[in-house]
Amino acid sequence: MKQPSSAFTVWRARWETIANNRKALPILLVLGLLLSFAIPQFNLVNPYIQLIIMYVGINIILTTSLNLINGYMGEFSVGHAGFMAVGAYASAVLTTQVLPSELNPWLFPLVVLAGGIAAGLVGLVVAIPSFRTRGDYLAIVTLAFNMIVKSIIENIEAIGGPRGIPGVEKLTTLPWTFFWTVLAVWVIRNFIYSNHGRGVISIREDEIASDLMSVNTRQAKLLAFTISSFFAGIAGALFAHLLQFISPRVFDIIKSTDILIMVYLGGIGSITGSVLGATIYTVLLEVLRPLGMWRMVLMPLVLVLLMLFRPRGIMGLREFRWLIPLQDLLGSKRWRQKKEASDATPAN
Amino acid sequence: MPLLQIDHVTHYFGGLCAVSDFNLALESGELVGIIGPNGAGKTTIFNLITGVYRASKGSINLSGTELVGKSPSHITTLGIARTFQNIRLFKDLTVLDNVRIAHYSQASYTPWESLLHVGRYQAEEKRIIEHSMELLSVFKLDHLSDELAKNLPYGSQRRLEIARALATHPQLLLLDEPAAGMNPNEIMQLMEFIRWIREDFNLTILLIEHQMRLVMGICERLKVLDFGKTIAEGLPWEIQNNPLVLEAYLGEEGGEL
Repeated sequence: MKQPSSAFTVWRARWETIANNRKALPILLVLGLLLSFAIPQFNLVNPYIQLIIMYVGINIILTTSLNLINGYMGEFSVGHAGFMAVGAYASAVLTTQVLPSELNPWLFPLVVLAGGIAAGLVGLVVAIPSFRTRGDYLAIVTLAFNMIVKSIIENIEAIGGPRGIPGVEKLTTLPWTFFWTVLAVWVIRNFIYSNHGRGVISIREDEIASDLMSVNTRQAKLLAFTISSFFAGIAGALFAHLLQFISPRVFDIIKSTDILIMVYLGGIGSITGSVLGATIYTVLLEVLRPLGMWRMVLMPLVLVLLMLFRPRGIMGLREFRWLIPLQDLLGSKRWRQKKEASDATPAN
Repeated sequence: MPLLQIDHVTHYFGGLCAVSDFNLALESGELVGIIGPNGAGKTTIFNLITGVYRASKGSINLSGTELVGKSPSHITTLGIARTFQNIRLFKDLTVLDNVRIAHYSQASYTPWESLLHVGRYQAEEKRIIEHSMELLSVFKLDHLSDELAKNLPYGSQRRLEIARALATHPQLLLLDEPAAGMNPNEIMQLMEFIRWIREDFNLTILLIEHQMRLVMGICERLKVLDFGKTIAEGLPWEIQNNPLVLEAYLGEEGGEL
């Protein structure tokens, strides 16, 4: 067999040093934040690319939050765009009809939060009856939910009916997108690496065993579903104030499918995968835009190939080390070291 | 007062009577076995005790608390843990995670602390890891803590299942065919092992078994089921010589004794 070249070994070693050095993470975050202010300020890249970066952020939020249900909990929810719609409409109604427009830029974080809370509450209401069903049946319930949300919005004239809400102020900026994306990823990661998150994962593995190991599966499911829909609402609010126009058609089943594709492309049960999946899919769609119609042939083809050769997606069930809390990463090792130390003491 | 009191429990699956008028009083510290041919309703009784099924009639009482109608997770929290006939570990998770999950109801922090990793999160997680690792080391599995459960050899998986059950801090442990698939030598070791965990963890044990060697070797009392009905109960030697039992269960396989 051919030996890997020395340059490769050097780069690999360098990469491992970087991958194991967690101190880089806060530095990268600060840099990212600074960059998110600098880019629009000094027009470092053209506005079109800025727009795509913001879409990437919104899609990361959507993908990570859906992965909580489809990847970590192992259920199959196909109505994520429905929750996104709730967040988008709740926030857009606030900025266009309720709040005085001169206050909008100042209240924007609260508006986004309100969108998230609205979607979270709806998620809770949907979750209670849906969790009597499992698997395929839950998929149908969420599908129906997506359709119901769309028809309800279409039939309320006060929020524009089928015409939607035009003239939403453009309040979503690069720094805000960065902030909410990081927050969403961080909070969902925290949840997964916690007692409640382990409960959610155990439901995926074996729900009956999980129940019999004292996991309150009902609580775990409600938590996962509420958190997931909360962040879908946040993404919806950001989306509405970026697109500046929302209509029920935007949040149909096609949108839900897009999010599903990003989840399975990046890999189920992985936050790193969600970030990668959302980024690659969003960027690829834009890069392939010149191909016109063929784009919609090529993308699904990529997916088919991916499912054939890598059915768990790019990162399926694996995680970048930086994202795993130290305690989970080293807990068992630390315990063993401590035990060896205490075993050695009496011998002396 | 007995630790577990089962009175007149009857359970139907549709029109089929799976368990009929089952009674059992388990004193604290006892080791009792339930035997019977396939389909006699043994596992159904475990499922009724642990709340997987809700008894059609009768009452199940754990030191004064009625269990019928409570959810499985609640019943586990009250102090009943179990293993499964066909191992049901969380196969794609690590050995450590399997045991950590069983601490779910004991972790005393709220979902908010989970989301933000603040408050009691750090201290509680540290405690859970330490307790899990100690439990694993008692079962000689600590060096495998980062291994996926499915990669463990069969015997270790059985031990891990018991370790996981004990992580819920039970008073009563239900073992569903712990000797399934074991050879006589392994069964001898298992008997030692069961005696030892009972002493070490102050347990009351109820077990279901096919292997007469194990049942006769360690159980203090036996109940024999056939078609959902209790056909005999008593000390192992009494059961061994009970003509009804011989006919129903041991008749064709009497040689196994």
